[in-house]
Amino acid sequence: MERSEEALTQELAREHEAEEPIRLGPLTMDRRAFLNLISVGLGGLLALPIAVPFLGFLLQPILMKAPTRWESIGKLDEFQIGSTVQRDVTDPSSLPWGGMANRTAVFVRRESQKELIAFSVNCTHLGCPLRWEAGAELFLCPCHGGVFYRNGQVAGGPPPRPMVRYPVRVRNGGVEVMALPSVLGVE
Amino acid sequence: MRFPFVRYLQVIWDAADERLGISTVWNATARHPIPREKGFMAWTYVLGSMTLTSFIVLVVTGIALATVYIPSTGQAYDSLQYITNVAPMGSILRGLHVWSASAMVICIGLHMIQVFLIGAYKYPREVNWLTGAALLALTMGMAFTGQLLRWDNIAYWSIFILAQQAARFPVLGPWLVDFLLAGHTIGGTTLSRFYAFHVFFIPAAIFALIGVHLYLVIYHGISESPKLGRVVDPKTYKHWYHSLLEREGVPFWPDGVWRDVVASFVLVLIVLAVAMFYGPPHLDKPPDPTDLVAQPKPDWYFQWIFALLALSPHLFEDWLIIGGPLVTGLIIILVPFLSNRGERHFARRPWAVGTVVASFLLVFVLTFEGTRAPWVPSYDAQPLPRSVVASNNPLVVQGANLFKTKGCEACHTIDGYGGTRGPDLSYIGEDLTAGQIIWRIQNGGTNMPSYAGTLTPQEQDALTAFLLTRKRPPVEQAGREQKGTSRHRTRGSEAGR
Repeated sequence: MERSEEALTQELAREHEAEEPIRLGPLTMDRRAFLNLISVGLGGLLALPIAVPFLGFLLQPILMKAPTRWESIGKLDEFQIGSTVQRDVTDPSSLPWGGMANRTAVFVRRESQKELIAFSVNCTHLGCPLRWEAGAELFLCPCHGGVFYRNGQVAGGPPPRPMVRYPVRVRNGGVEVMALPSVLGVE
Repeated sequence: MRFPFVRYLQVIWDAADERLGISTVWNATARHPIPREKGFMAWTYVLGSMTLTSFIVLVVTGIALATVYIPSTGQAYDSLQYITNVAPMGSILRGLHVWSASAMVICIGLHMIQVFLIGAYKYPREVNWLTGAALLALTMGMAFTGQLLRWDNIAYWSIFILAQQAARFPVLGPWLVDFLLAGHTIGGTTLSRFYAFHVFFIPAAIFALIGVHLYLVIYHGISESPKLGRVVDPKTYKHWYHSLLEREGVPFWPDGVWRDVVASFVLVLIVLAVAMFYGPPHLDKPPDPTDLVAQPKPDWYFQWIFALLALSPHLFEDWLIIGGPLVTGLIIILVPFLSNRGERHFARRPWAVGTVVASFLLVFVLTFEGTRAPWVPSYDAQPLPRSVVASNNPLVVQGANLFKTKGCEACHTIDGYGGTRGPDLSYIGEDLTAGQIIWRIQNGGTNMPSYAGTLTPQEQDALTAFLLTRKRPPVEQAGREQKGTSRHRTRGSEAGR
């Protein structure tokens, strides 16, 4: 059907005047409704192949399993009975550009001839670096004043739990600690 | 005098305007009518613009910094050193960026208080408030991530503090940590993730929300300043507001905008002056996880949370860490739903004024305490000098040495030497007997470790002997009995829990 240009202009003007607010439903499938469905549907579908890799990539740290590794931290003779020392280990999940962030410190205490304890250096309150005060035989936290005994038990302040321990073992006269890449300690 | 070329300029302008539609946009936005305001009230309306100005300064300086900064855990610190100490204008640029951030935090805070006090969030501007609340949250997110990008020793440990708080969330905790750190601990991908949040995610959200916020400001019009007894009724407000604009409205440009420009100009001048004469914040030691001599402390805007985490009762701490931000956020979101009509003037809204005053006092006092941080042990306390020990008895001298070496001095002060976490022990010999002193040292207290397994009986005797010598000099003792005050009870005994 052919319409005069004038009629078309009038129709457009009427449409323009109407400027109805957008209403949802009731849905009847006429031509416009179909076009609407196609636009919304395809548009949404278009977002999917972008959203999936985007979210997957951002969330992948949650899905990845943390690698662990026994790392040598010295000979057993180097650790005197009753003393606590700091040793440094390399994070097993370290990346080439990580720099210093690839390193982690642990406290190692030799309790007796056979027993060794490896502590995380993080305060269990909010993760600040504990300092070992050898004379007092206490770990002191610089942030909110948490205090731990030499065996890692809470001695005072806000920490809710004893210090986190790492697995430690003696192999062929050498001490090895399990390097765990986790701020929460053993999971 | 007429310049003939003005006519030609007009022709060019008209041609351009016809094609670009500048006048249409200009008239609808810059020239939109606003209520006529006078005096002090008119000046309170500049706070939003000042927030926007600080944000623009942040974007511009941030782009410049991003041309040199390397978001890699291995190199960020070195690139910051280069920006600060070598690159021309680098120090000023960093200063502008950091101090604009402070300015933005202050301005958005004041803007929110002002909007709250004059009830400008009431009908029909509820969504203006909600978008503003979201912008406040995003601004705090920028402030925190920005502090982390200053990849020094303090920033490194601050990430642990964030992660440990996230870990307290039930069920989601560990996932949240992995997501934030981009791994199970701080590693190569952690800093680049925070960088992406700081320069892409959060700014994109801020841009979008500023767009909505400003659109709504123009759509609903600037709220008129409140008048005692003039209440908001959703049925009649819009009609009344439009007739107000018709009666006495003035165009935003230039009748209103000049104050915004003046205020923003002063703000930028202040920020520039601080950036030039005070400079950017000092970079701490490199972010070495094996260097445990670190004193993590947040920038000033989070100092109050830092203090709260030291002073809150330990039992409720999980609730506070998780519930605190959620409840605060919820309250802010609920504001326009709880009261979107009625009186707007603060003089008739005592609860509103009370809330503002109470919140301000809370944040102020906690910030002050956070700056003092009396709960932090004094690691570097000097051994007590001879003049303080004031005895030649070998047992007392040994006890005074033990006071330092056994860590007592980290928390207790004697004559001005030592920490402030525990009670001042300058005159402890007056209040406790030998038996009480030994009991306390052996058993410990609420926040005091037990020394049962640490001190030998001989060391315990020496320490007791020393502490028993701690008495007021006779002269001061006489004065004290007259006044009836006890110094060590009033000073520092409750510092830190």
